[in-house]
Amino acid sequence: METEFTPWMSLFGGVLIGFSAVLLMAFNGRIAGMTGIITGILPPFSSDWPWRIAFLFGAIIAPVLFLTAGGVIPYAVPVPLPLLAFGGLIVGVGVYYGAGCTSGHGVCGMARLSPRSIAATITFMIFTGLTVYVVRHVAGI
Amino acid sequence: MRKLISSGLIGAIFGLGIAISGMANPAKVLNFFDVAGQWDPSLIFVMGGALITTAIGYMLVFGARKKPVFDAEFHLPINKTIDARLISGSALFGVGWGIAGFCPGGAIPALGFGGVSVIAFVGAMLIGIVLARSLDGVRHKPAKAF
Repeated sequence: METEFTPWMSLFGGVLIGFSAVLLMAFNGRIAGMTGIITGILPPFSSDWPWRIAFLFGAIIAPVLFLTAGGVIPYAVPVPLPLLAFGGLIVGVGVYYGAGCTSGHGVCGMARLSPRSIAATITFMIFTGLTVYVVRHVAGI
Repeated sequence: MRKLISSGLIGAIFGLGIAISGMANPAKVLNFFDVAGQWDPSLIFVMGGALITTAIGYMLVFGARKKPVFDAEFHLPINKTIDARLISGSALFGVGWGIAGFCPGGAIPALGFGGVSVIAFVGAMLIGIVLARSLDGVRHKPAKAF
């Protein structure tokens, strides 16, 4: 499935993501990492769960409001449901042990020049690329 | 209360940024990694825009303030070691991301409009985190490093 090259929208979206990371640090003193935020609302629950729920609520509701207001969000999932669930399970285990994902390591950690985050980001980018190659061009799914 | 309102509003900016950028769109994410196929380089602009904004913004924040507006301290990761745990976890995350096309930050903002696909992904991901955490047990105390 082809997707349209969208440099300006992607750049604008990326700047918004960065802007939110800066604001969360400036106001709440927190890293805007989705793994860390989610892990705190899973058992054993972190005592500071309310701000995490508020962040997640905002993150879920904003795109819905954007769509309601007539905005367009291109969205297609070219992956069968069982593979999505399998991938989700692996992502969950991986980000737990890797202590972060694209937002925490790839944006916030890299921006702080954290060696751990740089190592993690290089690692998952390589493995994601290899996996996509194997799935699409070797397995042919 | 101020802390909750600010994190809710900041979460909204995050979610909107993710949705607009294409990170919540598995077709686009997978095409970014499919250099040998239908390559869509858009995500370079997402990462670039996010990274440069955050790097400059963090410098300004840490330079201007001793502590955040609504908290007593900046909660920054203290762990500095690059170990097998970090690398193997990140590798595993990469495999899962390559299979599904969703990463955690890309999936959550899609929950309100992405239908059963993203719900299945997020459900399995939450199970994965809880599973890994319980297997990890008490010997490794989690969370502070996030």
